[in-house]
Amino acid sequence: MKNQIKQLLKSGKFMVGFIVFMSILLFITIYPFFVPGNPLQMIGYNSFIPPGTYLSLYDAVNPNVFVYTLRIPGAAEARIVNTLPMSDREAMRDWLVRAGMPEAAIDIYDPETLLALWNANYDPDERIEGMILADHRAYQRLNNRIQGMFDASALRLYSADPETGEPQFQAPITDTDYIALSDIVNIRRLPLGTDNFGRDMLKQLVQAIGVSLRIGLIAGSIATAIGLLLGLVAGYVGGWVDEIIMFICNLLTVIPGFVLLVLLAFSIGPAGRSVTIVGIVIGLTTWVWTTRAVRSQVLSLRNRDHVNLSKLSGHSLPRIVFKDILPYIASYVVMAFILQVSGAILAEAGLSMLGLGPSTTEVATLGLMMNWAMSFSAHIMGAWWAYFPVVFVIALISFSLNLMNTGMDQIFNPQLRD
Amino acid sequence: MSEYREVCLSGTGVTKVFGIGSKKTVAVNNVDFKFYSGELISIVGESGSGKTTLIKMLLGLTSVTSGEIFFMGEKRDISSHKKKKEYWRGIQAIFQDPYSSYNIFSKIDSVLLDCIKMRGGRGLPYEKKVDMMREACSFVNLKFDEMTNKYPFELSGGQMQRLMIARIFLLKPKILLADEPTSMIDACSRATILEMLLKLRDETGMMIIFITHDMGLAYYVSDSVYIMEKGKFVEYGSANEVVLTPKAEYTKQLLNDVPKIHDPWEFSRNKKFRKEITV
Repeated sequence: MKNQIKQLLKSGKFMVGFIVFMSILLFITIYPFFVPGNPLQMIGYNSFIPPGTYLSLYDAVNPNVFVYTLRIPGAAEARIVNTLPMSDREAMRDWLVRAGMPEAAIDIYDPETLLALWNANYDPDERIEGMILADHRAYQRLNNRIQGMFDASALRLYSADPETGEPQFQAPITDTDYIALSDIVNIRRLPLGTDNFGRDMLKQLVQAIGVSLRIGLIAGSIATAIGLLLGLVAGYVGGWVDEIIMFICNLLTVIPGFVLLVLLAFSIGPAGRSVTIVGIVIGLTTWVWTTRAVRSQVLSLRNRDHVNLSKLSGHSLPRIVFKDILPYIASYVVMAFILQVSGAILAEAGLSMLGLGPSTTEVATLGLMMNWAMSFSAHIMGAWWAYFPVVFVIALISFSLNLMNTGMDQIFNPQLRD
Repeated sequence: MSEYREVCLSGTGVTKVFGIGSKKTVAVNNVDFKFYSGELISIVGESGSGKTTLIKMLLGLTSVTSGEIFFMGEKRDISSHKKKKEYWRGIQAIFQDPYSSYNIFSKIDSVLLDCIKMRGGRGLPYEKKVDMMREACSFVNLKFDEMTNKYPFELSGGQMQRLMIARIFLLKPKILLADEPTSMIDACSRATILEMLLKLRDETGMMIIFITHDMGLAYYVSDSVYIMEKGKFVEYGSANEVVLTPKAEYTKQLLNDVPKIHDPWEFSRNKKFRKEITV
């Protein structure tokens, strides 16, 4: 046993899976301490706020914040480039094409060169042949707007007088005014943005991983317990007990497990579907595989000499099963358990996508997050952050658990051992 | 051997059939036997002749398809666990492969302690149990202090098999079924094991049924020899009778297969060897 654990630590596959899984666990344990608060609190009033760092504008223009003056070359261009709307860029391209530029030479996704091209070629007085006057004027206005962006006259900041309500001049803000980020208290980092309800995606994800793992653990434990017990009984006792158990197993194998799961989840109804219940339901529909695996292992063990010797020593059936057979298949059962956990997480995600997952507003699960992203058309809105991290995390958990399982399989399964 | 011999284990029409329909194989075919107490019997036959199946039936580890087995003159009753346990106090076995005979997860002491428990030593003080285990170990030339607190894989095959004999020594059953106990261990340990079995028989007077495929070995140790072919006893009698004046063709063939130290020329004239060359 000790030897096998040593081998396990040397197995690359197992260690990669183990480290990935443990990192996920570590992250979801530590993260809530750094970013406290309820993960399902709606902090954003816009839906699908993109990932980024958000700082309070109110704090930034506060006259008490110390203002540094920095002259950074190209700052104005950079600002214009960043804020040049897509419609303006398209209009600029249209004019340049009409003026005889090849369309292939213009890239509207590269605003810097576009702006340079525009400044080099555009002449407000030149009227291109065939262009109606309205269009000509429109391009002139566009040019004025662009040139106006270079205008760096100071913004003026006013505040209302607390007594009279009259605007009071506070401070001018010029384009060389800078403030230190550390001076601003209210900065919110949203590494994965927010979902449609304006809830921090990363915090939600961290909670969802925990809840999904709990579902996986509940389902995996139940499936493994039932599977182990029935497999041991079917394999060791044999006879008509075996026949009955195998009949039930075959029946459940023939009915697709997921359909059974959907029907069960549906019949429970939304009121009863808590996280625990969903875990139990998944566990109750997936024990068949473990039963079959354990049974076949026990069948090969029951005629071993050490079992015969144990019988000859007058040991009772439970003792033989638990002391002479169970230790031999323990590693196998652990492997089955890992697979069950990974399967249950996937099953929960599938169920929730169909709207049959835990019906709760208290916690998020990975499947529920997918469901929300789908119902609020995150994929149409281009809000990749609402579903891609969830899919990635599901894949990562499943991948790490399966990798651990394969690594263990290579060491504990004598047929694969080299 | 005295004139009056008590029948220890007997069977009438013992049959074992595996499978059903076209896949039916008759492993043991309508076998009658009478084994007397204190005897050392060898059952000789090639692989697949049904020796091990017969042993398993005698032990009650496999059901008997038809026929009756009598233990100490009475029809044996192993219908419940309690009765089985009682039966196994009288009949024990040593298996072929010492490496697979032990539960690799429990220490060696537990094997011996189980035997003491089975003989009603459950309530004995631990020191007494240790004394019994020490005695059993010294019987098979093992040092108990070296054995205690060890796992089976820390022992050699010969040591494991000797420990199995120590187990039998503690249990002192009336009948011991030794299923090829020497086939998986090296030649040096083999002689030791055989001598220990003989010593065990001499000291406790138990009947030993020795299963082997080696005619020479059977002749060396046993009082009577049973030759088994395809689930039937084709010949039986005292060791001298069977080996020196074989009647059945199968027995002659088995005797022919016993390896002897030959002159190389003579060896090449060995019928079987020649046959292999021509093929």
